[in-house]
Amino acid sequence: MAMHRITFTLNGARERVEVPSNQTLLQLLRERLALTGTKNGCTAGECGACTVLWNGEPVNSCLVLAVECDGTEVVTVEGLAHDRQLDPVQTALLEAGGVQCGFCTPGVLLSARALLDRNPRPSDYEIRDALTGNLCRCTGYLRIIEAVKAAARAAEPA
Amino acid sequence: MLKTKPAADGHTPVGDSVPRLDAHDKVTGAAQFADDIQFGPGLLQARILRSPHAHALIKRLDVSRALALPGVKAIVTGEQTPGYIGLYLQDRHIFCRDRVRYIGDPVAGVAAVDEATAEQAVDLIEVEYEPLPAVFDPVEGTRPDAPLLHPDLGQYEAVNFIFPKPGSNISNHFKIRRGDVAGAWAQCAAVVEREYRVPHIQHVPIEPHVAVAKWDDKDKITLWASSQSPFAQRNLIAKALHLSQSQIQVIAPYVGGGFGAKAGVSMEALAVVIAGAVKGRPVKLRLTREEEFFTTFVRQGLVARFKVGCDQDGRLQALENTYYWDAGAYTEYGVNMTRAGGYSGTGPYDVPNVKVDSICVYTNHPVGGPMRGFGMPELHSGLEQAMDDLAHAVGVDPVEFRRRNCIRGGDIVATGMTMHPTGLPECIEKAAAAINWGHKSSPSAPNKRRGKGMAIMWKAPAMPPNAGSSARVQLNEDGTVMVSLGGQEIGQGTFTVMAQMAAAALGVPYDWVKVAGPIDTDSSPYEWQTVASRLTWSMGNAVSAAARDARRQILEMVAKAWKESPDDLDIVDGQVISYKSEEACSLKDLVIYGLPNPDGDGWIGGPVLGRGSFMPTYVTGLDPETGQGPRAVVHYTTGAQAVEIEVDLDTGKVEVLRAVAAFDVGKAINPDMVRAQMEGGLVQGISTAFFESLQLKNGRVLNPSFVDYRIATAADAPPQLEAIIVEVPQDDGPWGARGIGEHSMVPTIPAIANALYDAVGIRLEAPPFTAEKVYLAMRAAGVVQ
Repeated sequence: MAMHRITFTLNGARERVEVPSNQTLLQLLRERLALTGTKNGCTAGECGACTVLWNGEPVNSCLVLAVECDGTEVVTVEGLAHDRQLDPVQTALLEAGGVQCGFCTPGVLLSARALLDRNPRPSDYEIRDALTGNLCRCTGYLRIIEAVKAAARAAEPA
Repeated sequence: MLKTKPAADGHTPVGDSVPRLDAHDKVTGAAQFADDIQFGPGLLQARILRSPHAHALIKRLDVSRALALPGVKAIVTGEQTPGYIGLYLQDRHIFCRDRVRYIGDPVAGVAAVDEATAEQAVDLIEVEYEPLPAVFDPVEGTRPDAPLLHPDLGQYEAVNFIFPKPGSNISNHFKIRRGDVAGAWAQCAAVVEREYRVPHIQHVPIEPHVAVAKWDDKDKITLWASSQSPFAQRNLIAKALHLSQSQIQVIAPYVGGGFGAKAGVSMEALAVVIAGAVKGRPVKLRLTREEEFFTTFVRQGLVARFKVGCDQDGRLQALENTYYWDAGAYTEYGVNMTRAGGYSGTGPYDVPNVKVDSICVYTNHPVGGPMRGFGMPELHSGLEQAMDDLAHAVGVDPVEFRRRNCIRGGDIVATGMTMHPTGLPECIEKAAAAINWGHKSSPSAPNKRRGKGMAIMWKAPAMPPNAGSSARVQLNEDGTVMVSLGGQEIGQGTFTVMAQMAAAALGVPYDWVKVAGPIDTDSSPYEWQTVASRLTWSMGNAVSAAARDARRQILEMVAKAWKESPDDLDIVDGQVISYKSEEACSLKDLVIYGLPNPDGDGWIGGPVLGRGSFMPTYVTGLDPETGQGPRAVVHYTTGAQAVEIEVDLDTGKVEVLRAVAAFDVGKAINPDMVRAQMEGGLVQGISTAFFESLQLKNGRVLNPSFVDYRIATAADAPPQLEAIIVEVPQDDGPWGARGIGEHSMVPTIPAIANALYDAVGIRLEAPPFTAEKVYLAMRAAGVVQ
């Protein structure tokens, strides 16, 4: 397998790695860089557990090849908090009780972050729509939806 | 029953909606799941060769070409697994030996340097099969001329409350015979007879099954697994491999969703056996999503026949139900679900004359196993529609009908047990009020119709009569508390609730308590399994006993040091105080190093370590012919759900506008988390009502992916959902608590079905209630042209 040297920004820091052509971003994160917060639920782009931000857009990292990340920016769940301060979506999800088993949680958080970045005041419909790619089997979604609303409210100027 | 001790400010951790212990680590990505554990470059990957036939004999198996592939380290087959494995009935080999019984049955396992190599090797294994006639329908499977799946059924080992019928495909037949059913029909003003079906579904935890096994040269085995049942896995795998339980160590970190799929043993033994062929190296078996849909447990299918009758006042007189469980190729776990379906087969009703037959039938379908509700969602699905039909037949409002007939404390249930106090009547009232029962609201458009429906439920923990729990409570130098236990955090929040109980029983703030994880059978106290919604009650009793034991040790030590009676002492907010002398001392100053001896030199006390265990001792056997006995179960959690829906006449699409859940949990240790269980279960119920079905054709699952097997997404959650807590205490529950995890999805399908009937007057034979099925039924009924 041909190897490629890539340089990209991962959670704010520059990362230089050599990757085989067929390696996915998910494999690179979990198996090579030991960033296991990003989860693998189906390896087929269907469950959303492996969602990361790629140049600010939420993507299924199991469908992105690592070589494609050369020169780009990737944010995983490990990069959401800054200086031990949780991102408002993390705080809101925690406070709303929108976490049960926690396996879908990293993907949900990144989809929510991406939504709020492009649409700071989403409607109920827009929140549900933005989260349809993140399957959750535990919570029934309502507390997750409430959490995104709360995070949006928290970001509004007082 | 324990009383809650308020802290100095009147605050107590029990009954308080404290934040989850595990939430922070789960929102930062720090929480570790089985697949996250790093094993380094020595890790081998395993793949499984599975049967492509629903039923066949293995005539020839040749692994030589596969073994010759570079990178392949070992291949195992049924030759290595002569023993049987199973929880209640030992009816399967870890790898098939002479016969395969479903599409997906494991035939061989490969360990290789990477997944691609292992996958390639699987393709190189040569197997010659001789296909056999198969059974794809449970009713047909009971016929005398049906092909036999298990000719050796009579030789299988079974627990003493399961009754296999050798020479047939029936691995258990549970019966209730009470009163005079045949004579009672004549007394009935209305009788309803219906057949309803429930399709196979899958649990769909978002985390697939994963197991990593390592076998050392002294035959000590370590198994890391996503597991609801570390102790049961240790026990069953040890028995099957003729090892001692203490030779196996199971380490189980957080579980990314279980719902029963990760209970008992489903795929973990495969990894253990493969690792046995490459001693010293860890071997990982991680199921693909496709395998997840049909090679672990699925929820059994059900064909259910109901006959129910009542007098002209709408009082139930007789019930004659037959349940044919499409239990799949192996029923080692499923047999007990059919038993539970039998003893709870009347649903939560007081009926004087009862005949129930719950029949577990082997079919050449995927293996039926425990899933959230353990038979109850399936049987309530049709039963609660039949009860609705009966109410309509006799002209009684369906809620009033349930009010008149529901089980109440003091009633004798169909197995002969006296019902304990239950809040079911209150659940019915509260759910009816919250959905505004009896008032029809106008549809949102002229081509739409609205309807309301209610369903009620009961469910008991289904388990061996003597399933036990144990716990340790240790104090640290800083006065904080470490709780060790063997029940698993699968998302339901049990670690949090156990910490609350320990804090309350001991007298420390909640945030002083940690729960030791991951669960490790070498160091965690014993727990039967994380199933049956039994942990809050059973493990809760063990944890509070351990905390009280630690408390007793502390108070006795301090009483001696202060020359007081322990009765005058208390622990409040982490301080030992005396109500008599008004002395006070922080826990941190005494729980490890003890206290100076007041009578001279030396010390008293020492590290405080509380222990507690709990096991119900009062459950009795039931007569195999009549199902009668003094106490069939430990208790029943009861509840009601009501929904309002809107049906689109042009498309058949059904929308749930509002949903209400009311359950009697005895005591809500953490009310917010109880409501979260009710919400999550209800939406899972909605998902099964509208979307979910394993499409089986000649034993093959045609839709093993999220694209073809749809589950509810954020767009499908109802706009309004109200969860109502009812608290009628359980006499032997900690603070009166009993379980809620599974119950919340039990009545959802029939509540929606009853609303569908209310809206447009149709009944469908089986979920899922797809738009297409609803539309065609409306057309057949003349509701639309």
